[in-house]
Amino acid sequence: MNVALFIPCFVNELYPHVAMATAELLEGYGLNVDYPLAQSCCGQPLSNNGDSQGACDAARRFTGVFKDYDYIVSPSGSCTSHVKHHYGWYIADDADYQAMQPRVYEIVEFLQDVLKVDRLPKPVYFPHPVSIHQSCHGLRELGHAAPSELMIPYHSRLERILQLVDGVDVRLPERRDECCGFGGTFSVDEPEVSVAMGEDRVAQHEATGAEFIVGADPSCLMHMGGIIRHKCRPIRPLHIVEILTGRGGAA
Amino acid sequence: MKHDNINHAKAAADFLQDREQARWHDSAIWWVRQKRDMQAKQLPEWEQLRALAQQIKAHTLSRLDEYLEQFQRNAEQNGVTVHWAADAEEHNRIVHGILAAANVKKLVKSKSMLTEECGLNPFLEQHGIEVIDTDLGERIVQLRHEPPSHIVMPAIHLKKEQISELFHKELGTEAGNNDPTYLTHAARANLREHFLSAGAGLTGVNFAIAETGGVVVCTNEGNADLGTALPAIHIASMGLEKIIPKQAHLGVFTRLLARSAIGSPITTYTSHFQQARPGGQMHIVIVDNGRSDILGSDDFYQSLRCIRCGACMNTCPVYRRSTGHSYSYIIPGPIGSTLGPSRDIRKHGSMAFACTTCGSCSNVCPVKINLHEQLVLQRKRAFDAGALKPAKKMGLLAMRFLTQHPSLMDAGGKLMRKVVPIVPQALTQHSAWSRPGRELPPMPAQSFKEMWQARKENKQ
Repeated sequence: MNVALFIPCFVNELYPHVAMATAELLEGYGLNVDYPLAQSCCGQPLSNNGDSQGACDAARRFTGVFKDYDYIVSPSGSCTSHVKHHYGWYIADDADYQAMQPRVYEIVEFLQDVLKVDRLPKPVYFPHPVSIHQSCHGLRELGHAAPSELMIPYHSRLERILQLVDGVDVRLPERRDECCGFGGTFSVDEPEVSVAMGEDRVAQHEATGAEFIVGADPSCLMHMGGIIRHKCRPIRPLHIVEILTGRGGAA
Repeated sequence: MKHDNINHAKAAADFLQDREQARWHDSAIWWVRQKRDMQAKQLPEWEQLRALAQQIKAHTLSRLDEYLEQFQRNAEQNGVTVHWAADAEEHNRIVHGILAAANVKKLVKSKSMLTEECGLNPFLEQHGIEVIDTDLGERIVQLRHEPPSHIVMPAIHLKKEQISELFHKELGTEAGNNDPTYLTHAARANLREHFLSAGAGLTGVNFAIAETGGVVVCTNEGNADLGTALPAIHIASMGLEKIIPKQAHLGVFTRLLARSAIGSPITTYTSHFQQARPGGQMHIVIVDNGRSDILGSDDFYQSLRCIRCGACMNTCPVYRRSTGHSYSYIIPGPIGSTLGPSRDIRKHGSMAFACTTCGSCSNVCPVKINLHEQLVLQRKRAFDAGALKPAKKMGLLAMRFLTQHPSLMDAGGKLMRKVVPIVPQALTQHSAWSRPGRELPPMPAQSFKEMWQARKENKQ
């Protein structure tokens, strides 16, 4: 099974350890992991700001780079969702895209739905209270959990995968899935609202008594992390793959 | 009416300067969202109801012309006068014509976002007709000479102390008496005088039923009922998307409406109007005002399914932290941020960007409008119309270029990682990222690409 890592552009520059943990996790399950060097940005910032030409070009480029792999796996719910659910706005008729689209996965989805894992490659002991951060696109577009608005049976991928970790104490914040306020360029277009949302979100995670905020999207974690550092708070954001590879405390 | 040129980001930043009031606003409205959740949870068929409501509306919109004509025929058979208004101006002229013909000097109005959209109050006032809003929240904002900040709870941005002050000034209540019951009684006594002396009553319309020619008005205060029962003339103004085909469909919507809007199983009053009372007149004004254009748009026609419950506002984390007054269009929040830009992308373009695309609005919407996607699609129109700030457009074009040239993007990333750590904080603290209280992330020495290539070489 040939798996391509789709590493979002900002993760490549700012969170290389999250990308490396994703690679190691997949390799830990015996997969042949490749990182196509020709990849760049998936085009979500262009799409979200109305640049359809740029977003369309990015979608074609992405498809060209990734179409021949068995699976395309990413540690970001938002970027995965853009490729999986919004490229259709631009290149719905592209046969290569149609063939590739079902094989694009966010890492936790991939572990649970494709590999159907029931253990971690190496046993992990993480004796800490963690507060779950549901990132919006992973939650509402990929179905990472049952969104609080929908009256459907409760489920949560992050809670389920954390059952494979020894010692971890999983907690949920008040308003279990409110947005952290990042929103890509929203964070700089509307900085005051963005930070107000982020401050409230961090406070809700802190109120659980957790030592870590655990999520599956580096962008939300970056945003909350910026607020946490500004306020010199002890709670730390952590990507789920950092826990699953046993690198948790290092961040 | 709203002031022109409201920029959401700027207005929201002003609102957030009083963090205490902003937090109160957020929690007051979040409480309504929680009440909605509790009500929705009690119906095992909630998601089926939403799907059914979506389908009924989608079907109706697919043959709207037929249903509108059927509605008109049946209403006219009931003795109702039906008027058609292509735009706001025609609507206002029609209403004024009806009032002038009967020499009406005072109009009592129940809540109608359509008349806000049309600017009816100032139009009639210019023509010497006194207009009294009779919904308590609407009355409060009318006395304050400001637009509603929410489509269901027009005065939700105000605390009881502020209302007490207003009523002391305008209605002569005791200074400093903030008791909500006392204040409500004072408003009630004042409004009663207006109900008794008005020459006509105007209501909005929640649902218009093609098969019966009747309209349904949902309120919690009974003001629409007084306003139509006391004066001899009833004018009902409706947007042309308010039609549902059959009486039997109504229950699907009344079950969803109040639960979604305020977390109640049903509105206190669900009033059915089919004909004028003996000796009176009943008029229905059907308004287009841009709706046909939206109906013709592949990307946005779904927004016409809206039943104006306001649930998208209550769940919107941006709305709750910015108030309705930060949005340039009269309807704020997610639904307003697609309707406003559909009307005028240059004037209301900033609304489409007042959104993190979290998608909560699409999930609470009782008729399943893809709201957060519509906002992204409105941004496309803003980009194409040249409504973006030049600096932002340049940034996007640069990003577009870099996306196609990964080696340049890598070089840019590397430069950022090397330069940011040595730039004095004094230079970065005024950036949009850092200014409101947010640090830049630590800059790692190597990108993942560099780490990956080094790792590969080590392995070989």
